Amino acid sequence: MQAPDIDALLITLRLALLTTLILLLIGTPFAWWLARSRWRFRFLVEALVAMPLVLPPTVLGFYLLILLGPHGPIGGLMEALGGHSLAFTFSGLVIGSVVYSMPFVVQPLQSAFQAIGERPLEVAATLRASPLDRFFSVVLPLARPGFLTAAVLGFAHTLGEFGVVLMVGGNIPGSTQVVSIAIYNHVEALEYAQAHQVAVLLLALSFVLLLLVYGLNRRAALLRS
Amino acid sequence: MSIELRLRVERTGFNLDVDLQVPTRGVTAVFGPSGCGKTTLLRALAGLERPQAGFIRVNEALWQDADRFVPPHRRAVGYVFQEASLFPHLSVRGNLDYGRRRLPRGAPRSPIDPLVRLLGIEQLLDRAPAQLSGGEAQRVAIARALLLRPQLLLLDEPLSALDEPRKQELLHYLASLQRETDIPMLYVTHSRDEVARLSDHLMLMEAGRVVAYGPTGELFARLDLPLAHGGRAEAIVEGVIVAHDREYSLSRVDFPGGNFVLARQDLPLGSRVRLQVLAKDVSLTLQRQGETSILNIFEARVEALAEENASQVMVRLRLGDTVLLSRITRKSAASLGIVPGATVFAQVKGVALLS
Repeated sequence: MQAPDIDALLITLRLALLTTLILLLIGTPFAWWLARSRWRFRFLVEALVAMPLVLPPTVLGFYLLILLGPHGPIGGLMEALGGHSLAFTFSGLVIGSVVYSMPFVVQPLQSAFQAIGERPLEVAATLRASPLDRFFSVVLPLARPGFLTAAVLGFAHTLGEFGVVLMVGGNIPGSTQVVSIAIYNHVEALEYAQAHQVAVLLLALSFVLLLLVYGLNRRAALLRS
Repeated sequence: MSIELRLRVERTGFNLDVDLQVPTRGVTAVFGPSGCGKTTLLRALAGLERPQAGFIRVNEALWQDADRFVPPHRRAVGYVFQEASLFPHLSVRGNLDYGRRRLPRGAPRSPIDPLVRLLGIEQLLDRAPAQLSGGEAQRVAIARALLLRPQLLLLDEPLSALDEPRKQELLHYLASLQRETDIPMLYVTHSRDEVARLSDHLMLMEAGRVVAYGPTGELFARLDLPLAHGGRAEAIVEGVIVAHDREYSLSRVDFPGGNFVLARQDLPLGSRVRLQVLAKDVSLTLQRQGETSILNIFEARVEALAEENASQVMVRLRLGDTVLLSRITRKSAASLGIVPGATVFAQVKGVALLS
C-alpha cells in the first residue's frame, strides 16, 4: 500500500473513533431524554435526528459547508474569534460525521433505554439508589447490548462516509482525504489494483465489526436466559 | 409507631382520598377490589407516585407535606412488587447486596444469614435471577427489601403473579416472616384468603376511600361490612394448642371463651394458631344437643342479626372475647326466636387451621 493510502486509512480511523466517542458522550443523555420525555413535541426532535438516514449525503454536506464556511454562522464566528473557518479541515470533518452518524448511535440507545422500562428504576429507587446511581448501576449494564450496537454502527457508518466528507472536507491528502475518497480517486485514475487493496481492507473491517456486534449481543442474550 | 397519611389523587375516572392515622405493628392488609386505589396508596407511600395533595409521616420521619417531597431513595421503606423484578445483570447475592450497600453510613444493618435461611434461599445465592422459579425470585425480592431494615415494608400483591402451589409455598414463608420479624408491613391484596391468613390489621378500601380499619378478626365479623356476608363469611379465632389426643388423632386449641377440638395438627404444644370457622358451618340450637357427632358446641349470646337475602340471615354470636358468625335461614331464626340478647348453642361443624 502506498503512503497516501495509509494516510487516508489512518485519517479515516481517527475520524471514526473520534466521531463515535463524541456521539456516545452526547448521544447517551440525548437518547435518555428521548426515551423518557413525555413532551408532546418530542416527535419533532426524533424526526430531525433521523434526517441523515434519508437525506442524500451531498445535501447534508452542502448545508454543513455553508454553515461551517467563512461566511456561515459557525465558520464566521470562528474567524471572528481569530480562528479558521471549519470548512476543509479535520475538525469540520468530525462535525459533519457527528451529524451524519447521529441516528446510528442515538436510535439503538433510545430503544435500549425504552426496553428497560420503568420497573427496574423504581426497584432501584426503593433500594436507596439516587437517580445518577440508578443510571450507572442499572441502566448502563442493562443497556450494554444497545451501547455496543450504537458504537459499532456509528463507527462503521463513519468509515464508509463519502458525500458529506467530500463536501465538507474536500479532498486534501494527508489532512481530510479519507479511505472512501482514496478508493474513488484510484478508480478514476484506473488504478484498480490499488483500489482493491484499500477496498478489501474496508470490507473485511466492516464485516469483523458486525460479527462482533452480533456475536457479543448473542452471548449477552444467552447469559440473560 | 404510626403512619399518618393524607392523600388526594385525582385522575380521569379515578379518585383517591385517604385520611388516616394507623399504628404500624405486625401486618396490615390493604384489601379491596381492583382499581380501588390500593396500589396507588402504596406507591404514594414509597414516593413512586406524587399525589396532588399529600401529607405522609411514618414514625418520626416526615416524607411529604405541602412543601416537601422526600424522593423514594431517601425514604426508609422496602417495596416488594407484584413481579419479583430482580436485576437480571446481578446474581441473587448481588441483588441482596444492592440495597444494603447503599444504606447510609451508621444505619443498622441486618446480617444476611438468618433471613436467607428463614426464606429458604441459602442454596440460591450464586444463581442468576433467570434460573429461579417465580416463587424463589419473589422470596429473594422480599429478602432484598427486608435487608434494608425499613421502617415499613410495602408489599404489592406479592403472590398474584404465582401459580397456586407457589402461592401456598410463599404464604407459608410469609407467615413465618410475620412471626419472626418486627418490621411492620403493609400488604396489598385482593385475596380474602391472604388477608385471613396473614394480617393482624385490615384496611378495607373501596373506590379510593378507606371504608374501615381495625383488627382483622373484628372486621371480618362486622355485619355492616361486606366481608361478613356471602358464602365465604367466616370468623377468625386466635388460640393456643394445649393438648394432643393420640388415640383419636385430635388437637385441642384454647381460645378466649372456650376451646376447639380439631383434627390433629403437627405443631408443638403452646403454638399460637389462627383458626377459621365458616358461617355456613355453624348451626344454632336452643338446647345443648347430647347425642351428636359434632364435637364443638358452645353456649353463646346473640349479638346482632343482619339479613343476607330473602331467605337467610347472618347471626353474630359472642362467646367471651370471641365472636362467631352463623348463617341460618330466616325461617329458623323466626321459629327459634333468635333475637339480639338471646342465648343459644352454636354447633361448629368444621374448623380449619389458617396459620
